[in-house]
Amino acid sequence: MAFFNFSSPHQRTKRRTPEIMMLVVLALIPGVFVHSYLFGFAIYVQILLAVTTAIITEACFLKLRNKPILISIKDYSAVVTAILLAISIPSLAPWWVIVIGTTFSIVIVKHLYGGLGQNIFNPAMAGYVVLLISFPVQMTAWLPIQSMQLFPLQISDAFSLILTGANIDGYSVTQIKSSIDGVTMATPLEMIRNALHAGNTISETLTTPLFSLDSLQGSQWVNLAFLLGGLFLLKLRVILWHIPVAFIAGITVFSFFAFASDPDIYSSPLYHLFSGATMLGAFFILTDPVTASTTVKGRIVYGLLCALLVIVIRNLGGYPDAVAFAVLLANMCVPLIDYYSKPKVYGRNR
Amino acid sequence: MTKQTENELETIAENELSEAELAESKTQTEASIYKELSLQGLWKNNPGIVQLLGLCPLLAVTNTVTNALGLGLATLFVVVASNVLISLIRHNVAKAIRIPIFVMIIASLVSCIQLLMNAYTYELYLSLGIFIPLIVTNCMIIGRAEAFASKNNVKHSAYDGLMMGLGFAAVLVVLGAAREILAQGTLFDGIETLLGDWASFMTITLYHSETSFLLAALPPGAFILMGLIIALKNQIDNKITSK
Repeated sequence: MAFFNFSSPHQRTKRRTPEIMMLVVLALIPGVFVHSYLFGFAIYVQILLAVTTAIITEACFLKLRNKPILISIKDYSAVVTAILLAISIPSLAPWWVIVIGTTFSIVIVKHLYGGLGQNIFNPAMAGYVVLLISFPVQMTAWLPIQSMQLFPLQISDAFSLILTGANIDGYSVTQIKSSIDGVTMATPLEMIRNALHAGNTISETLTTPLFSLDSLQGSQWVNLAFLLGGLFLLKLRVILWHIPVAFIAGITVFSFFAFASDPDIYSSPLYHLFSGATMLGAFFILTDPVTASTTVKGRIVYGLLCALLVIVIRNLGGYPDAVAFAVLLANMCVPLIDYYSKPKVYGRNR
Repeated sequence: MTKQTENELETIAENELSEAELAESKTQTEASIYKELSLQGLWKNNPGIVQLLGLCPLLAVTNTVTNALGLGLATLFVVVASNVLISLIRHNVAKAIRIPIFVMIIASLVSCIQLLMNAYTYELYLSLGIFIPLIVTNCMIIGRAEAFASKNNVKHSAYDGLMMGLGFAAVLVVLGAAREILAQGTLFDGIETLLGDWASFMTITLYHSETSFLLAALPPGAFILMGLIIALKNQIDNKITSK
């Protein structure tokens, strides 16, 4: 099965789905590497668990549906879904979290809608939302960066924590999560939200010693690494520029409006660009060829819509990050966007 | 009566016409009529998973078996009683105003059941809340009144109401059980609020967990599980027809 990203003019490429998916996996490497350097090895364990689960469930379901198994598994689409989901969740979440999430992504979101190419919703993000709604405690247990961890993690610790809930010396995730001061950390986006609820302004929060200890810089480095991987995909024309550019421009503009209206309670555009899942979303999640819009105008509208939803949910909503929710909501609008942005056939209806 | 409900009624009435004819015009034995009515209510034309009527209470209160069973029994009582009453007066009702009359009868029955539950199963009454008075708006009940009870004799109508009510209650209980197991790891939790203290031994704890699968307890989980139950039913039907 060949994917042609363009409707017209027909850019003939010899690329097939497996090759595209492999390139996506390659482009994720810098982000994953930086993440593991800053936050520890646990992310590799999550990816391993997710990929194994994805391949097993995919094989079982292909068998149930009487489809060829090997060809479909070899297209790596399930692997990409699994890796994206594993990157999105906190890296010390217990093993059953990622197993439930991946199974849901593959079975309910992908195969019940008809398999690769038929699903309406982005499987990885739908799986993420299910996990976030179902297990709020495990899904918000983010780690501080490694140099700030009270007990730096070895790879064996990571395995033991994810599989049994305690590391080799018997410390639990909550204890590991504590930084040197014994203070539990949240993600930067979440910290800002909590501080705002406590009545502080953004600038006050950003200058507190607690915040400078936090994983803010870590999250920014990870975002930069994903940006690098994304540019690599753009250069190889695996993805087209419309969605990432529209999304990033949208984030900048919309967050600027909010920031300009009241800098005390809304964060700056730069902050929104490099925190949370912005870059991962812009290049790897929104650009999913199945669930994103397929026309040029449609892609721009889709990117802008996602950006608007992200800013609205981050600034006003109840959850700290918003990319997953924004992508799912925008996925629902895709048929409508595609319908109204169909390119005109030359010579018809003027 | 909203326009949508009217439309639903019309489609139901059309579907059911053949069934009513089947029951009355053809010379069938009583036993075969009852058998057909049971089959229709419990499986082929199940109000919950085939006609998809009364989805609002079906999805809203099925977070535990107890709630599901409570609402299922209340609906069962109302649908049997309304079928009997409507079948009794079916020759005396002017066709033009039949629907308001049916609704009034159903509403009075629902008020009865609401007062009874308030008196005898107060905790369950509190946990079901608004969904007890909302039984009035359950399309399944007025659907049976319009499609069956207003065209058939009392005995058949009562039996039809019983089977439809049981079919609906069965779907409620299955969905409630699935959601309760997934979300809390228990079965029949709080059953004593429905049946009295003697029934508390029925509460089963299947597994203990610090974290519950919240999705199953929330409305989206109800929709997903409902879809899976319907898919299972269709799959069984396919298996039967392919044999």
